[in-house]
Amino acid sequence: MSATADPAPVVVRKSGVLLKQTPAWSANRVAAIQVGLLLGVFILWEIAVRAEWMSNFFWSKPSDIARTMVIFFREGTAFQDTWFTFRATVIGFVAGSALGAVIGLSLWWSQNWARVWEPFIIVFNAIPKLALGPLIILMFGIGISSKIAMAIALTFVITALAAYAGVKSVDQDLVRLTYSLGGRRRDAFFKIVLPSAMPWIISSLRINIGLALAGVLIGEFISSQFGLGKVILYAGATYDIALIWAGIAILSALSMVLYGAVVWLERKLLRGLHAAGHVGAPG
Amino acid sequence: MLWDMDVKRLAPVPDIRTEAVAAKLSVSGVSHRFGSQTEGVLAISDFSLDIRPGSFVSIIGQSGCGKSTLFNILAGLLPPSSGRITLDEADITGQAGMVSYMLQKDLLLPWRTVLDNVIFGMEIQGVSKPEARARAVPFLERYGLGGFADSYPGMLSGGMRQRAALLRTLLCNKEVILLDEPFGALDAQTRLRMQAWLLTLWRDFGLTVLFITHDVDEAIYLSDEIVVLSPRPGRIRETLLVDLHRPRGREIVTDPRFAALKAHCLALLFEGEAAGQGALP
Repeated sequence: MSATADPAPVVVRKSGVLLKQTPAWSANRVAAIQVGLLLGVFILWEIAVRAEWMSNFFWSKPSDIARTMVIFFREGTAFQDTWFTFRATVIGFVAGSALGAVIGLSLWWSQNWARVWEPFIIVFNAIPKLALGPLIILMFGIGISSKIAMAIALTFVITALAAYAGVKSVDQDLVRLTYSLGGRRRDAFFKIVLPSAMPWIISSLRINIGLALAGVLIGEFISSQFGLGKVILYAGATYDIALIWAGIAILSALSMVLYGAVVWLERKLLRGLHAAGHVGAPG
Repeated sequence: MLWDMDVKRLAPVPDIRTEAVAAKLSVSGVSHRFGSQTEGVLAISDFSLDIRPGSFVSIIGQSGCGKSTLFNILAGLLPPSSGRITLDEADITGQAGMVSYMLQKDLLLPWRTVLDNVIFGMEIQGVSKPEARARAVPFLERYGLGGFADSYPGMLSGGMRQRAALLRTLLCNKEVILLDEPFGALDAQTRLRMQAWLLTLWRDFGLTVLFITHDVDEAIYLSDEIVVLSPRPGRIRETLLVDLHRPRGREIVTDPRFAALKAHCLALLFEGEAAGQGALP
Protein backbone atom coordinates (compact mmCIF):
# COMPACT_ATOMS: atom_id res chain seq x y z
CA MET A 1 0.00 0.00 0.00
CA SER A 2 1.63 3.17 -1.07
CA ALA A 3 0.25 6.44 0.13
CA THR A 4 0.75 8.20 -3.19
CA ALA A 5 -1.16 5.87 -5.58
CA ASP A 6 -4.93 5.67 -5.42
CA PRO A 7 -6.16 2.20 -4.63
CA ALA A 8 -7.79 0.49 -7.58
CA PRO A 9 -11.58 0.37 -7.33
CA VAL A 10 -12.79 -2.97 -6.10
CA VAL A 11 -15.52 -4.62 -8.14
CA VAL A 12 -18.00 -6.37 -5.91
CA ARG A 13 -19.81 -9.22 -7.60
CA LYS A 14 -23.44 -9.43 -6.79
CA SER A 15 -23.64 -13.16 -7.36
CA GLY A 16 -21.34 -16.11 -7.99
CA VAL A 17 -21.36 -18.40 -10.97
CA LEU A 18 -23.75 -21.31 -10.85
CA LEU A 19 -21.99 -24.42 -12.17
CA LYS A 20 -24.35 -26.75 -13.94
CA GLN A 21 -23.82 -30.34 -13.02
CA THR A 22 -24.79 -33.02 -15.47
CA PRO A 23 -25.43 -36.31 -13.74
CA ALA A 24 -23.51 -39.24 -15.25
CA TRP A 25 -25.62 -41.47 -17.52
CA SER A 26 -26.07 -45.05 -16.47
CA ALA A 27 -24.11 -47.70 -18.33
CA ASN A 28 -27.35 -49.11 -19.72
CA ARG A 29 -28.40 -45.78 -21.11
CA VAL A 30 -25.02 -45.32 -22.82
CA ALA A 31 -25.24 -48.82 -24.29
CA ALA A 32 -28.81 -48.24 -25.48
CA ILE A 33 -27.76 -45.05 -27.26
CA GLN A 34 -24.83 -46.85 -28.88
CA VAL A 35 -27.03 -49.65 -30.18
CA GLY A 36 -29.58 -47.09 -31.33
CA LEU A 37 -26.96 -45.18 -33.31
CA LEU A 38 -25.76 -48.34 -34.99
CA LEU A 39 -29.29 -49.45 -35.88
CA GLY A 40 -30.01 -45.96 -37.16
CA VAL A 41 -27.07 -46.14 -39.56
CA PHE A 42 -28.19 -49.54 -40.87
CA ILE A 43 -31.78 -48.43 -41.30
CA LEU A 44 -30.79 -45.23 -43.09
CA TRP A 45 -28.46 -47.25 -45.29
CA GLU A 46 -31.24 -49.71 -46.15
CA ILE A 47 -33.68 -46.90 -46.93
CA ALA A 48 -31.16 -44.95 -48.97
CA VAL A 49 -30.40 -47.95 -51.16
CA ARG A 50 -34.04 -48.96 -51.57
CA ALA A 51 -34.99 -45.41 -52.51
CA GLU A 52 -32.11 -45.54 -54.95
CA TRP A 53 -30.29 -42.59 -53.42
CA MET A 54 -27.28 -44.89 -53.22
CA SER A 55 -26.26 -47.51 -55.74
CA ASN A 56 -27.07 -51.03 -54.67
CA PHE A 57 -24.29 -52.28 -56.90
CA PHE A 58 -21.49 -50.39 -55.15
CA TRP A 59 -22.87 -50.19 -51.61
CA SER A 60 -25.06 -53.25 -51.25
CA LYS A 61 -27.52 -53.02 -48.34
CA PRO A 62 -27.78 -54.43 -44.81
CA SER A 63 -30.52 -56.94 -45.65
CA ASP A 64 -28.46 -58.39 -48.52
CA ILE A 65 -25.36 -58.47 -46.36
CA ALA A 66 -27.23 -60.35 -43.63
CA ARG A 67 -28.51 -62.85 -46.16
CA THR A 68 -25.03 -63.31 -47.62
CA MET A 69 -23.62 -63.78 -44.17
CA VAL A 70 -26.11 -66.57 -43.40
CA ILE A 71 -25.31 -68.31 -46.67
CA PHE A 72 -21.59 -67.84 -46.10
CA PHE A 73 -21.86 -69.58 -42.74
CA ARG A 74 -24.41 -72.26 -43.76
CA GLU A 75 -23.12 -73.23 -47.14
CA GLY A 76 -19.84 -71.42 -47.54
CA THR A 77 -16.44 -71.66 -45.90
CA ALA A 78 -16.92 -69.03 -43.20
CA PHE A 79 -15.83 -71.22 -40.29
CA GLN A 80 -12.84 -72.58 -42.13
CA ASP A 81 -11.70 -69.13 -43.25
CA THR A 82 -12.24 -67.50 -39.88
CA TRP A 83 -10.37 -70.32 -38.14
CA PHE A 84 -7.50 -70.01 -40.61
CA THR A 85 -7.14 -66.25 -40.06
CA PHE A 86 -7.58 -66.63 -36.32
CA ARG A 87 -4.94 -69.35 -36.03
CA ALA A 88 -2.37 -67.52 -38.15
CA THR A 89 -2.93 -64.31 -36.19
CA VAL A 90 -2.60 -65.90 -32.76
CA ILE A 91 0.47 -67.96 -33.67
CA GLY A 92 2.11 -64.97 -35.38
CA PHE A 93 1.28 -62.69 -32.46
CA VAL A 94 2.67 -65.05 -29.83
CA ALA A 95 5.78 -65.96 -31.82
CA GLY A 96 6.48 -62.38 -32.90
CA SER A 97 6.04 -60.95 -29.40
CA ALA A 98 8.15 -63.70 -27.83
CA LEU A 99 10.90 -63.30 -30.42
CA GLY A 100 10.88 -59.54 -29.94
CA ALA A 101 11.04 -59.86 -26.16
CA VAL A 102 13.99 -62.24 -26.41
CA ILE A 103 15.83 -59.92 -28.80
CA GLY A 104 15.14 -56.78 -26.76
CA LEU A 105 16.06 -58.41 -23.45
CA SER A 106 19.18 -60.07 -24.81
CA LEU A 107 20.56 -56.63 -25.60
CA TRP A 108 21.04 -56.22 -21.84
CA TRP A 109 23.76 -58.84 -21.76
CA SER A 110 26.31 -56.84 -23.66
CA GLN A 111 26.25 -53.09 -24.03
CA ASN A 112 28.72 -53.35 -26.87
CA TRP A 113 26.60 -55.78 -28.85
CA ALA A 114 23.55 -53.69 -28.06
CA ARG A 115 25.28 -50.76 -29.74
CA VAL A 116 26.05 -52.98 -32.74
CA TRP A 117 22.48 -54.23 -33.10
CA GLU A 118 20.48 -51.14 -32.27
CA PRO A 119 20.69 -49.41 -35.69
CA PHE A 120 19.72 -52.64 -37.47
CA ILE A 121 16.62 -52.97 -35.36
CA ILE A 122 15.69 -49.35 -35.95
CA VAL A 123 16.20 -49.74 -39.70
CA PHE A 124 14.09 -52.88 -39.74
CA ASN A 125 11.43 -50.97 -37.85
CA ALA A 126 11.50 -48.30 -40.56
CA ILE A 127 11.03 -50.76 -43.45
CA PRO A 128 7.38 -50.88 -44.49
CA LYS A 129 7.00 -54.58 -43.74
CA LEU A 130 3.97 -54.91 -46.00
CA ALA A 131 6.40 -54.48 -48.88
CA LEU A 132 8.05 -57.71 -47.80
CA GLY A 133 4.79 -59.55 -48.50
CA PRO A 134 5.57 -60.91 -51.98
CA LEU A 135 9.01 -62.01 -50.82
CA ILE A 136 7.61 -63.81 -47.77
CA ILE A 137 4.98 -65.57 -49.88
CA LEU A 138 7.69 -66.74 -52.26
CA MET A 139 9.85 -67.97 -49.39
CA PHE A 140 7.16 -69.59 -47.25
CA GLY A 141 4.60 -70.63 -49.85
CA ILE A 142 0.88 -69.87 -50.00
CA GLY A 143 0.01 -71.86 -46.87
CA ILE A 144 -0.39 -70.70 -43.29
CA SER A 145 3.34 -70.38 -42.63
CA SER A 146 3.68 -67.34 -44.88
CA LYS A 147 0.79 -65.64 -43.04
CA ILE A 148 2.43 -66.37 -39.71
CA ALA A 149 5.73 -65.05 -41.04
CA MET A 150 4.02 -61.81 -42.09
CA ALA A 151 2.52 -61.42 -38.63
CA ILE A 152 5.92 -62.05 -37.02
CA ALA A 153 7.63 -59.57 -39.34
CA LEU A 154 5.14 -56.89 -38.33
CA THR A 155 5.15 -57.53 -34.61
CA PHE A 156 8.57 -58.56 -33.40
CA VAL A 157 10.30 -55.22 -33.85
CA ILE A 158 7.65 -53.48 -31.78
CA THR A 159 8.25 -55.76 -28.80
CA ALA A 160 12.02 -55.77 -29.34
CA LEU A 161 12.14 -51.98 -29.16
CA ALA A 162 9.79 -51.90 -26.17
CA ALA A 163 11.80 -54.53 -24.31
CA TYR A 164 15.04 -52.72 -25.11
CA ALA A 165 13.57 -49.46 -23.83
CA GLY A 166 12.57 -51.35 -20.69
CA VAL A 167 16.06 -52.76 -20.34
CA LYS A 168 17.59 -49.30 -20.69
CA SER A 169 15.27 -47.91 -18.04
CA VAL A 170 16.23 -50.49 -15.42
CA ASP A 171 17.34 -48.83 -12.18
CA GLN A 172 21.10 -49.39 -12.19
CA ASP A 173 21.15 -49.18 -8.40
CA LEU A 174 18.96 -52.28 -8.25
CA VAL A 175 21.47 -54.11 -10.42
CA ARG A 176 24.32 -52.92 -8.22
CA LEU A 177 22.39 -54.03 -5.15
CA THR A 178 22.11 -57.51 -6.63
CA TYR A 179 25.84 -57.63 -7.27
CA SER A 180 26.63 -56.27 -3.82
CA LEU A 181 24.62 -59.15 -2.35
CA GLY A 182 26.86 -61.55 -4.22
CA GLY A 183 24.51 -62.05 -7.18
CA ARG A 184 25.68 -62.98 -10.64
CA ARG A 185 24.59 -61.57 -13.96
CA ARG A 186 22.00 -64.31 -14.22
CA ASP A 187 20.45 -63.16 -10.92
CA ALA A 188 20.45 -59.55 -12.04
CA PHE A 189 18.79 -60.56 -15.30
CA PHE A 190 16.03 -62.77 -13.96
CA LYS A 191 15.34 -60.96 -10.71
CA ILE A 192 15.78 -57.33 -11.75
CA VAL A 193 15.95 -56.76 -15.50
CA LEU A 194 13.17 -59.11 -16.57
CA PRO A 195 10.57 -57.90 -14.03
CA SER A 196 11.52 -54.26 -14.67
CA ALA A 197 11.09 -54.65 -18.42
CA MET A 198 7.84 -56.63 -18.14
CA PRO A 199 5.46 -53.63 -18.18
CA TRP A 200 7.20 -52.37 -21.32
CA ILE A 201 6.86 -55.71 -23.05
CA ILE A 202 3.25 -56.08 -22.02
CA SER A 203 2.40 -52.60 -23.26
CA SER A 204 3.55 -53.63 -26.73
CA LEU A 205 1.11 -56.56 -26.90
CA ARG A 206 -1.94 -54.36 -27.48
CA ILE A 207 -0.34 -52.87 -30.58
CA ASN A 208 0.90 -56.24 -31.74
CA ILE A 209 -2.43 -58.02 -31.85
CA GLY A 210 -3.75 -55.50 -34.39
CA LEU A 211 -0.53 -55.66 -36.40
CA ALA A 212 -0.53 -59.46 -36.41
CA LEU A 213 -4.03 -59.50 -37.86
CA ALA A 214 -3.02 -56.91 -40.46
CA GLY A 215 0.02 -59.00 -41.42
CA VAL A 216 -2.07 -62.12 -41.86
CA LEU A 217 -4.62 -60.25 -43.97
CA ILE A 218 -1.96 -58.87 -46.27
CA GLY A 219 -0.55 -62.37 -46.65
CA GLU A 220 -3.99 -63.64 -47.55
CA PHE A 221 -4.53 -60.78 -49.98
CA ILE A 222 -1.36 -61.60 -51.83
CA SER A 223 -1.91 -65.30 -52.21
CA SER A 224 -3.85 -67.78 -50.16
CA GLN A 225 -6.27 -70.66 -50.38
CA PHE A 226 -8.04 -69.83 -47.14
CA GLY A 227 -8.73 -66.96 -44.81
CA LEU A 228 -11.00 -63.95 -44.53
CA GLY A 229 -8.52 -61.85 -46.49
CA LYS A 230 -8.80 -64.26 -49.39
CA VAL A 231 -12.62 -64.15 -49.16
CA ILE A 232 -12.69 -60.36 -49.26
CA LEU A 233 -10.25 -60.22 -52.18
CA TYR A 234 -12.23 -62.86 -54.06
CA ALA A 235 -15.52 -61.07 -53.37
CA GLY A 236 -14.04 -57.84 -54.66
CA ALA A 237 -12.83 -59.52 -57.84
CA THR A 238 -16.35 -60.87 -58.51
CA TYR A 239 -18.17 -57.64 -57.55
CA ASP A 240 -19.87 -59.42 -54.65
CA ILE A 241 -20.12 -56.31 -52.47
CA ALA A 242 -22.36 -57.97 -49.87
CA LEU A 243 -19.73 -60.64 -49.29
CA ILE A 244 -17.04 -57.98 -48.83
CA TRP A 245 -19.14 -56.40 -46.13
CA ALA A 246 -19.82 -59.78 -44.56
CA GLY A 247 -16.08 -60.49 -44.50
CA ILE A 248 -15.36 -57.10 -42.95
CA ALA A 249 -18.03 -57.70 -40.30
CA ILE A 250 -16.55 -61.08 -39.35
CA LEU A 251 -13.02 -59.61 -39.32
CA SER A 252 -14.13 -56.77 -37.08
CA ALA A 253 -15.74 -59.22 -34.67
CA LEU A 254 -12.58 -61.37 -34.72
CA SER A 255 -10.40 -58.34 -34.14
CA MET A 256 -12.53 -57.25 -31.18
CA VAL A 257 -12.37 -60.69 -29.61
CA LEU A 258 -8.58 -60.82 -30.00
CA TYR A 259 -8.13 -57.31 -28.66
CA GLY A 260 -10.38 -58.08 -25.70
CA ALA A 261 -8.37 -61.21 -24.98
CA VAL A 262 -5.10 -59.27 -25.01
CA VAL A 263 -6.50 -56.57 -22.73
CA TRP A 264 -7.62 -59.30 -20.35
CA LEU A 265 -4.20 -60.94 -20.51
CA GLU A 266 -2.50 -57.60 -19.96
CA ARG A 267 -4.61 -56.89 -16.91
CA LYS A 268 -3.88 -60.32 -15.52
CA LEU A 269 -0.13 -59.97 -16.06
CA LEU A 270 0.00 -56.46 -14.67
CA ARG A 271 -2.17 -57.15 -11.65
CA GLY A 272 0.77 -57.77 -9.34
CA LEU A 273 2.56 -54.71 -10.64
CA HIS A 274 -0.52 -52.53 -10.23
CA ALA A 275 -0.93 -53.74 -6.68
CA ALA A 276 2.67 -52.73 -6.11
CA GLY A 277 2.03 -49.25 -7.42
CA HIS A 278 4.36 -50.13 -10.27
CA VAL A 279 2.00 -49.29 -13.06
CA GLY A 280 2.63 -50.02 -16.71
CA ALA A 281 5.43 -48.10 -18.33
CA PRO A 282 4.75 -45.58 -21.06
CA GLY A 283 4.83 -47.47 -24.24
CA MET B 1 24.30 -67.75 12.62
CA LEU B 2 21.88 -64.90 12.86
CA TRP B 3 18.89 -66.98 13.79
CA ASP B 4 20.66 -68.01 16.96
CA MET B 5 20.97 -64.41 17.90
CA ASP B 6 19.55 -64.76 21.39
CA VAL B 7 22.66 -66.67 22.32
CA LYS B 8 24.81 -64.11 20.65
CA ARG B 9 23.20 -61.28 22.53
CA LEU B 10 24.11 -62.80 25.87
CA ALA B 11 27.74 -63.26 24.93
CA PRO B 12 30.01 -60.67 26.54
CA VAL B 13 31.00 -57.92 24.16
CA PRO B 14 34.73 -57.24 24.31
CA ASP B 15 35.61 -53.70 25.18
CA ILE B 16 37.08 -52.60 21.92
CA ARG B 17 38.83 -49.63 23.41
CA THR B 18 41.06 -51.57 25.72
CA GLU B 19 41.54 -55.01 24.23
CA ALA B 20 43.89 -55.50 21.35
CA VAL B 21 41.91 -57.44 18.74
CA ALA B 22 42.67 -58.24 15.14
CA ALA B 23 40.86 -55.96 12.71
CA LYS B 24 37.62 -57.28 11.25
CA LEU B 25 37.86 -55.19 8.14
CA SER B 26 41.10 -53.61 7.15
CA VAL B 27 41.61 -51.03 4.42
CA SER B 28 45.19 -50.32 3.49
CA GLY B 29 46.46 -47.67 1.15
CA VAL B 30 43.35 -47.47 -1.01
CA SER B 31 43.42 -44.81 -3.70
CA HIS B 32 41.07 -44.38 -6.59
CA ARG B 33 41.28 -42.25 -9.65
CA PHE B 34 38.41 -41.93 -12.12
CA GLY B 35 39.37 -41.64 -15.76
CA SER B 36 42.94 -41.87 -16.92
CA GLN B 37 45.65 -42.69 -14.42
CA THR B 38 47.45 -39.41 -14.98
CA GLU B 39 44.73 -36.86 -15.70
CA GLY B 40 41.67 -38.42 -14.07
CA VAL B 41 40.04 -37.16 -10.91
CA LEU B 42 41.57 -38.50 -7.74
CA ALA B 43 38.59 -39.42 -5.57
CA ILE B 44 40.35 -41.15 -2.70
CA SER B 45 43.93 -40.87 -1.72
CA ASP B 46 45.83 -43.37 0.39
CA PHE B 47 42.97 -44.34 2.70
CA SER B 48 43.87 -46.76 5.48
CA LEU B 49 41.63 -47.85 8.32
CA ASP B 50 41.36 -50.82 10.65
CA ILE B 51 37.91 -51.60 11.92
CA ARG B 52 37.67 -53.74 15.01
CA PRO B 53 35.04 -56.46 15.22
CA GLY B 54 31.75 -55.29 16.65
CA SER B 55 32.58 -51.62 16.40
CA PHE B 56 30.46 -48.86 14.92
CA VAL B 57 32.53 -46.51 12.79
CA SER B 58 31.16 -43.44 11.05
CA ILE B 59 32.71 -41.58 8.18
CA ILE B 60 31.85 -37.93 7.77
CA GLY B 61 33.01 -35.45 5.22
CA GLN B 62 31.73 -32.87 2.79
CA SER B 63 29.79 -33.82 -0.31
CA GLY B 64 32.02 -35.16 -3.03
CA CYS B 65 34.82 -36.21 -0.73
CA GLY B 66 34.77 -39.73 -2.13
CA LYS B 67 32.81 -41.46 0.63
CA SER B 68 30.53 -43.30 -1.72
CA THR B 69 33.44 -44.25 -3.97
CA LEU B 70 35.13 -45.72 -0.92
CA PHE B 71 32.03 -47.78 -0.12
CA ASN B 72 31.74 -49.01 -3.69
CA ILE B 73 35.33 -50.19 -3.39
CA LEU B 74 34.74 -51.85 -0.02
CA ALA B 75 31.62 -53.57 -1.36
CA GLY B 76 33.68 -54.92 -4.24
CA LEU B 77 31.64 -53.11 -6.88
CA LEU B 78 34.58 -51.00 -7.98
CA PRO B 79 38.18 -52.22 -8.14
CA PRO B 80 40.44 -49.58 -6.55
CA SER B 81 43.32 -48.07 -8.52
CA SER B 82 45.60 -49.22 -5.72
CA GLY B 83 45.45 -50.63 -2.21
CA ARG B 84 43.82 -53.66 -0.70
CA ILE B 85 40.93 -54.62 1.55
CA THR B 86 40.98 -57.58 3.90
CA LEU B 87 38.14 -59.18 5.80
CA ASP B 88 39.24 -61.39 8.68
CA GLU B 89 42.72 -61.14 7.21
CA ALA B 90 41.65 -62.57 3.84
CA ASP B 91 42.05 -60.38 0.78
CA ILE B 92 38.63 -59.40 -0.60
CA THR B 93 39.72 -56.54 -2.87
CA GLY B 94 37.33 -56.34 -5.81
CA GLN B 95 35.13 -59.19 -4.56
CA ALA B 96 31.44 -58.40 -4.34
CA GLY B 97 29.11 -60.07 -1.90
CA MET B 98 31.55 -60.30 1.02
CA VAL B 99 30.11 -57.45 3.05
CA SER B 100 26.57 -56.11 3.13
CA TYR B 101 25.90 -52.75 1.58
CA MET B 102 22.96 -50.45 1.94
CA LEU B 103 22.31 -47.17 0.18
CA GLN B 104 20.25 -44.11 0.97
CA LYS B 105 17.67 -45.27 -1.56
CA ASP B 106 15.88 -48.21 -0.02
CA LEU B 107 16.00 -50.07 -3.37
CA LEU B 108 13.07 -52.29 -2.55
CA LEU B 109 11.76 -54.12 -5.60
CA PRO B 110 8.31 -52.66 -6.25
CA TRP B 111 6.97 -55.92 -7.69
CA ARG B 112 7.80 -57.95 -4.58
CA THR B 113 6.02 -57.96 -1.25
CA VAL B 114 7.88 -56.73 1.82
CA LEU B 115 8.58 -60.29 2.90
CA ASP B 116 9.92 -61.25 -0.51
CA ASN B 117 12.04 -58.10 -0.54
CA VAL B 118 13.53 -58.93 2.82
CA ILE B 119 14.53 -62.41 1.64
CA PHE B 120 16.06 -61.07 -1.59
CA GLY B 121 19.62 -61.27 -0.28
CA MET B 122 19.20 -64.78 1.09
CA GLU B 123 17.63 -65.84 -2.18
CA ILE B 124 20.63 -64.54 -4.13
CA GLN B 125 22.86 -66.51 -1.83
CA GLY B 126 21.03 -69.68 -2.72
CA VAL B 127 18.61 -70.15 0.16
CA SER B 128 15.35 -71.62 -1.13
CA LYS B 129 12.38 -69.26 -1.06
CA PRO B 130 10.25 -71.17 1.47
CA GLU B 131 13.18 -71.51 3.84
CA ALA B 132 14.20 -67.88 3.47
CA ARG B 133 10.62 -66.81 4.15
CA ALA B 134 10.45 -68.99 7.23
CA ARG B 135 13.64 -67.42 8.54
CA ALA B 136 12.56 -63.87 7.78
CA VAL B 137 9.08 -63.89 9.30
CA PRO B 138 10.22 -63.82 12.97
CA PHE B 139 12.52 -60.90 12.18
CA LEU B 140 9.73 -58.94 10.52
CA GLU B 141 7.61 -59.44 13.60
CA ARG B 142 10.33 -58.62 16.05
CA TYR B 143 11.39 -55.45 14.26
CA GLY B 144 8.01 -53.87 13.67
CA LEU B 145 7.17 -55.03 10.15
CA GLY B 146 5.01 -58.00 11.12
CA GLY B 147 1.77 -56.55 9.77
CA PHE B 148 3.36 -55.57 6.47
CA ALA B 149 4.80 -58.87 5.26
CA ASP B 150 2.34 -59.12 2.38
CA SER B 151 2.18 -55.42 1.55
CA TYR B 152 4.01 -53.96 -1.39
CA PRO B 153 6.72 -51.35 -0.75
CA GLY B 154 4.62 -48.67 -2.44
CA MET B 155 2.18 -48.81 0.47
CA LEU B 156 4.83 -48.23 3.15
CA SER B 157 6.13 -45.03 4.70
CA GLY B 158 9.75 -44.01 4.15
CA GLY B 159 10.78 -45.23 7.60
CA MET B 160 9.14 -48.61 7.10
CA ARG B 161 10.79 -49.00 3.73
CA GLN B 162 14.20 -48.31 5.27
CA ARG B 163 13.49 -50.86 7.96
CA ALA B 164 12.70 -53.46 5.34
CA ALA B 165 15.86 -52.55 3.41
CA LEU B 166 17.96 -52.78 6.55
CA LEU B 167 16.48 -56.16 7.45
CA ARG B 168 17.24 -57.39 3.96
CA THR B 169 20.82 -56.27 4.47
CA LEU B 170 21.09 -57.93 7.86
CA LEU B 171 19.53 -61.22 6.82
CA CYS B 172 22.29 -61.69 4.29
CA ASN B 173 24.19 -62.90 7.30
CA LYS B 174 27.29 -60.83 6.75
CA GLU B 175 29.20 -59.63 9.78
CA VAL B 176 30.22 -56.31 8.28
CA ILE B 177 27.65 -53.90 6.93
CA LEU B 178 28.23 -50.68 5.07
CA LEU B 179 25.50 -48.08 5.39
CA ASP B 180 25.68 -45.14 2.99
CA GLU B 181 23.55 -42.38 4.49
CA PRO B 182 20.70 -44.78 5.09
CA PHE B 183 18.52 -42.21 6.85
CA GLY B 184 19.41 -39.23 4.69
CA ALA B 185 16.01 -39.08 3.02
CA LEU B 186 13.91 -39.42 6.16
CA ASP B 187 12.26 -36.67 8.17
CA ALA B 188 13.96 -35.64 11.41
CA GLN B 189 11.76 -37.60 13.80
CA THR B 190 11.68 -40.79 11.81
CA ARG B 191 15.43 -40.48 11.53
CA LEU B 192 15.83 -40.35 15.33
CA ARG B 193 13.65 -43.41 15.70
CA MET B 194 15.60 -45.26 13.02
CA GLN B 195 18.91 -44.43 14.69
CA ALA B 196 17.77 -45.95 17.97
CA TRP B 197 16.46 -48.96 16.05
CA LEU B 198 19.76 -49.35 14.23
CA LEU B 199 21.62 -49.40 17.56
CA THR B 200 19.30 -52.16 18.77
CA LEU B 201 20.01 -54.19 15.67
CA TRP B 202 23.72 -53.54 15.94
CA ARG B 203 23.73 -54.88 19.47
CA ASP B 204 21.36 -57.78 18.75
CA PHE B 205 23.27 -58.98 15.72
CA GLY B 206 26.77 -58.22 16.99
CA LEU B 207 27.58 -56.40 13.78
CA THR B 208 30.53 -54.41 12.62
CA VAL B 209 29.12 -51.26 11.05
CA LEU B 210 30.67 -48.71 8.76
CA PHE B 211 28.34 -45.76 8.43
CA ILE B 212 28.46 -42.75 6.11
CA THR B 213 26.64 -39.61 7.14
CA HIS B 214 26.58 -35.85 6.71
CA ASP B 215 25.08 -35.37 10.12
CA VAL B 216 27.59 -34.81 12.93
CA ASP B 217 25.01 -35.45 15.66
CA GLU B 218 24.07 -38.73 14.05
CA ALA B 219 27.70 -39.77 13.81
CA ILE B 220 28.43 -39.03 17.46
CA TYR B 221 25.21 -40.59 18.74
CA LEU B 222 25.80 -43.84 16.90
CA SER B 223 29.53 -44.42 16.74
CA ASP B 224 32.51 -45.70 18.64
CA GLU B 225 34.80 -43.98 16.23
CA ILE B 226 34.39 -41.15 13.74
CA VAL B 227 36.60 -40.76 10.70
CA VAL B 228 36.63 -37.23 9.34
CA LEU B 229 37.55 -36.99 5.67
CA SER B 230 39.06 -34.02 3.91
CA PRO B 231 37.42 -32.67 0.75
CA ARG B 232 38.41 -34.27 -2.54
CA PRO B 233 40.58 -36.19 -2.77
CA GLY B 234 39.21 -38.00 0.26
CA ARG B 235 41.88 -38.63 2.82
CA ILE B 236 41.62 -39.08 6.55
CA ARG B 237 41.80 -35.76 8.41
CA GLU B 238 41.42 -37.22 11.83
CA THR B 239 39.99 -40.23 13.62
CA LEU B 240 38.03 -39.41 16.76
CA LEU B 241 37.16 -41.83 19.52
CA VAL B 242 33.66 -41.35 20.92
CA ASP B 243 34.06 -41.95 24.60
CA LEU B 244 30.41 -42.01 25.61
CA HIS B 245 28.75 -44.77 27.56
CA ARG B 246 26.35 -47.24 25.97
CA PRO B 247 23.47 -47.78 25.67
CA ARG B 248 23.00 -44.16 24.79
CA GLY B 249 19.77 -42.31 25.30
CA ARG B 250 18.66 -39.24 23.43
CA GLU B 251 19.71 -37.06 26.37
CA ILE B 252 23.32 -37.82 25.45
CA VAL B 253 23.29 -34.70 23.26
CA THR B 254 23.37 -32.59 26.43
CA ASP B 255 26.55 -34.28 27.65
CA PRO B 256 29.45 -31.80 27.60
CA ARG B 257 31.67 -34.42 25.97
CA PHE B 258 29.10 -34.69 23.18
CA ALA B 259 29.17 -30.95 22.68
CA ALA B 260 32.97 -30.88 22.70
CA LEU B 261 33.16 -33.66 20.11
CA LYS B 262 30.59 -31.94 17.96
CA ALA B 263 32.46 -28.65 18.07
CA HIS B 264 35.66 -30.44 17.16
CA CYS B 265 34.07 -32.31 14.25
CA LEU B 266 32.47 -29.19 12.86
CA ALA B 267 35.73 -27.31 13.16
CA LEU B 268 37.45 -30.04 11.16
CA LEU B 269 34.73 -30.10 8.54
CA PHE B 270 34.62 -26.36 8.01
CA GLU B 271 38.29 -25.73 8.46
CA GLY B 272 39.62 -23.03 6.17
CA GLU B 273 36.27 -21.38 5.61
CA ALA B 274 35.98 -17.81 6.81
CA ALA B 275 33.78 -17.34 9.85
CA GLY B 276 30.23 -16.32 9.01
CA GLN B 277 30.67 -17.56 5.47
CA GLY B 278 30.25 -21.26 6.04
CA ALA B 279 27.02 -22.97 6.97
CA LEU B 280 27.96 -23.38 10.62
CA PRO B 281 24.90 -23.75 12.77
